Amino acid sequence: MNVDAVMDYDEVMAAYEPVIGLEVHVELNTASKMFCSCSTSFGAEPNSQTCPVCLGLPGALPVVNAAAVASAIRIGLALNCSIATWCRFARKNYFYPDMTKNFQTSQYDEPICFDGHVEVELDDMVFTVPIERAHMEEDAGKSLHVGGATGRIQGADHSLLDYNRAGVPLIEIVTKPVTGCGAKAPEIARAYVGFLRDMMRALGVSDVRMEQGSLRCDANVSLRPHGVTTLGTRTETKNVNSLRSVERALRYEICRQGAILASGGKVKQETRHWHEDGEYTSAGRSKEQAEDYRYFPEPDLVPVAPSPEWVAELATTIPPSPTARRAQLRQQWGFSAAEMRDVVAGEALDLIEATVEVGCDPQAARKWWMTELTRRANALGVSLDQVGVTPAQVGEVQALIDEGVINDKVARHVLGLVQAGDGSPRRIVADHGLAVVNDQSQLQAAVDQALAENPDVAESVRAGKVQAAGVLIGAVMRQMKGQVDAQTVRRLIEATLTD
Amino acid sequence: MTDLTRSSAAQLAQWIATGQVSSVEVVQAHFDRIAQVDQAIHAFLSLDYDRAMATAARVDAKRATGEVLGPLAGVPVAVKDAFTYEGLPTTCGSKMLEGWMPPYTSTVVRRLIDADMVILGKTNMDEFAMGSSTENSYFGPTHNPWALDRIPGGSGGGSSAALAAFEAPLTIGSDTGGSIRQPAAVTGTVGVKPTYGGCSRYGLVATASSLDQPGPCARTVMDAAMLHEVICGYDPRDSTSVNAPVPPVVAGARRADITGMRVGVVKELGGPGYAPAVERRFAQAVDVLTGLGADVVEVSCPHFQYALPAYYLIMPSEVSSNLARFDAMRYGLRVGDDGKNSAEQVMRLSRGSGFGAEVKRRIILGTYALSSGYYDAYYGSAQKVRTLITEDFTAGFESVDVMISPSTPTTAFRLGERVDDPMAMYQADLATIPSNLAGNTAASFPIGLSDEDGLPVGLQVMAPPMCDDRLYQVGAAFEAAMEGSWGGPLLNQIKETAR
Repeated sequence: MNVDAVMDYDEVMAAYEPVIGLEVHVELNTASKMFCSCSTSFGAEPNSQTCPVCLGLPGALPVVNAAAVASAIRIGLALNCSIATWCRFARKNYFYPDMTKNFQTSQYDEPICFDGHVEVELDDMVFTVPIERAHMEEDAGKSLHVGGATGRIQGADHSLLDYNRAGVPLIEIVTKPVTGCGAKAPEIARAYVGFLRDMMRALGVSDVRMEQGSLRCDANVSLRPHGVTTLGTRTETKNVNSLRSVERALRYEICRQGAILASGGKVKQETRHWHEDGEYTSAGRSKEQAEDYRYFPEPDLVPVAPSPEWVAELATTIPPSPTARRAQLRQQWGFSAAEMRDVVAGEALDLIEATVEVGCDPQAARKWWMTELTRRANALGVSLDQVGVTPAQVGEVQALIDEGVINDKVARHVLGLVQAGDGSPRRIVADHGLAVVNDQSQLQAAVDQALAENPDVAESVRAGKVQAAGVLIGAVMRQMKGQVDAQTVRRLIEATLTD
Repeated sequence: MTDLTRSSAAQLAQWIATGQVSSVEVVQAHFDRIAQVDQAIHAFLSLDYDRAMATAARVDAKRATGEVLGPLAGVPVAVKDAFTYEGLPTTCGSKMLEGWMPPYTSTVVRRLIDADMVILGKTNMDEFAMGSSTENSYFGPTHNPWALDRIPGGSGGGSSAALAAFEAPLTIGSDTGGSIRQPAAVTGTVGVKPTYGGCSRYGLVATASSLDQPGPCARTVMDAAMLHEVICGYDPRDSTSVNAPVPPVVAGARRADITGMRVGVVKELGGPGYAPAVERRFAQAVDVLTGLGADVVEVSCPHFQYALPAYYLIMPSEVSSNLARFDAMRYGLRVGDDGKNSAEQVMRLSRGSGFGAEVKRRIILGTYALSSGYYDAYYGSAQKVRTLITEDFTAGFESVDVMISPSTPTTAFRLGERVDDPMAMYQADLATIPSNLAGNTAASFPIGLSDEDGLPVGLQVMAPPMCDDRLYQVGAAFEAAMEGSWGGPLLNQIKETAR
């Protein structure tokens, strides 16, 4: 439960400037772990993906996974970082049961990537986020606390340990303090994490599923009175596991810190825990009592010294940044800025791109994904890419429309059947007899019948009251069970009346 | 019939290869000898009779079919209890690992097995290889076969005593600060620390990763060379392993000629702290080398005087981290798991009970040396000293091919004599530590008995990295020169454990 006083956001902004800093952990999707050949796949039976090395058994030694180093360098290049010509791993020493060696093999003062920056978009503005470093490290195992009400260690009877995740390669990306964001700081943070997610996906180095923990974010923020150049005391909020939470957690922390400072208090440097359900943070361990990690260079590993040739080769594999890619696609597709923003916010960019790739008109692709399919995804409570319709199927539906085989209304019905698993759109149209009727005699009979049943309406249309034709069109459509194109019906009615 | 336990490994291998004697007979003879003397010596912590006899029988069967086997096929060997070998406990001489059955086999043991050698069992050692007398073994000390009230050296006292008591013709040791060479010196046997990275550490329970190096122990120089070639060589499982051919050590031992070799007597490894009787014997050895045609000069390594203090910062620092994994969560001793104590309390109780005083002392020292605020002054300064010592070696080896010194400042001291005086105990490694810090190769060869107490004195020979063959060249030349005056191997003069 939230126990802290909070201040109105705008009032905080009137007096203080927020400075944010983000630490993002990206779990790499290499086939094997950072220092051994165990599989990294998610969801396997507990402790089935372990060996003497990742279990930290006495005598076992780590060997660096070259694929993970390649991913680290590619990430660094994508973030405009310098790549170290020589760097070492370091041991971060602390005791915790989910750490098999009771030290984490990480990097300390010699990160493989350093001094970069990225440009993130927010409301048509481009904001530069400075990157301090991106370094390699290994993940810890997972503890499962059994017997307590909360699933947390307090009150648990015992704990189970799963080391499948122990040793999975991580890249930690740390920003420099980000200043000058003003009131937009939480949104910029969200846009930055979204940028990283899209960039990692484009690089193909991670699954970046925040809900599975393959992208994790710790959000730092401090406040300082306007005009002051030194940094205030910061807090670090953990458990921020969605883009939305990044923004909300920072906004909350700003309001909480604002209330403390405005009342003459001092912000305590500490770790805070974000509560997704109640939308507040609570105090974790205090940084003043923080452990001394006793970092020192990892003596079991030789230094990593990527050759300039290798780095140059990796540089040729870096895709355009999400910001650049959006600008390029927007131009190609002829979308307005607002349309593009909605597409990005709606997580539809990749889906539209894939739909366009199978030959669909970009605007048509946008329309299907942003309206009908978004509605269906929302109804199911799933993300758009989990809606059960593929870009290829959307492309096929649009092709059927373009060929005049079906109309919009039927197309929506077809998408529903595709979603239900009835097969491909063409198959569904054939099996269910959904093709638009082009038999002129059947259609002429329906038109004649409608005119005969509505002589008054027919008369007013003939007299020039064109909008009245809607009644006649509706009658024909009903008669034809909708399997006919409305424009065709209108033309036929007009033709019949002017005969 | 000849006493098989008195034969050299090379002799045994030849007899086995030519069918004059079976491996089964050789191995049985050694188990008989162990049964006869080990109650007094206590060189072994575990024996592997059934598997050893089965292996020996298999080697005999292979030989009977005419299969060409390796040069040491069928020859027994004992392994320091710091190397994992599936099927036997690996205790490291600690209560913490009493009865621990490793689920994997170290590279060194794997290579012994692949060479068709027969593993008799595991030998005693100071707990986690910390000590110079085996008195820190939780399972009780080993006695020096030359005088049972004397220490056999440490940490690998079990391996050296097993050789000197004719319980095994070959043994495996590991050398962090002298744990192969100092026991060799005080037992009149041969011990070689290969170049750092020359022999894989995979499966050697780490003491101090940047210093540890497995190596061969034997009664003759040629035996050590043959074992050296079996166990050394590149291992992809050890990232610090050198990817280069093994230096031609057997050829070096066979050559046994040092005419024109430039030999440097290290000025700083002598004088105060060195027993006059040891210095006298060493001076005679220098005369022998001169007589053999070596060009003996004095070299100065001014930073060697700081080796001991630097070592006792770096070594405990790495120990404090390497031994953190012994936390009772996954394997080994568990104390206080009563369902009420927390995981942290169980860790605390288990580590408190499972580690001996010397191990705790070094964990505390190392933890302190790595602590924030002290790191630069202690660990950082020690690393600088380490660099200076390496530079001393590099400079010295520009003018000489090998450097020499007494292996130890004194002969074997009495059991119990230094247990309450850690500083006196640490002095035993005064001459051996510089080579661990620099990573070059070094060995101890028997050069005769002290004219004061009749106990063996060792000659330390040091060579540049990957020039391990030079050590054997010097050792073999010296051995050949002395055999006449000694009337065979020096060990023949042993009286205490004579049958």
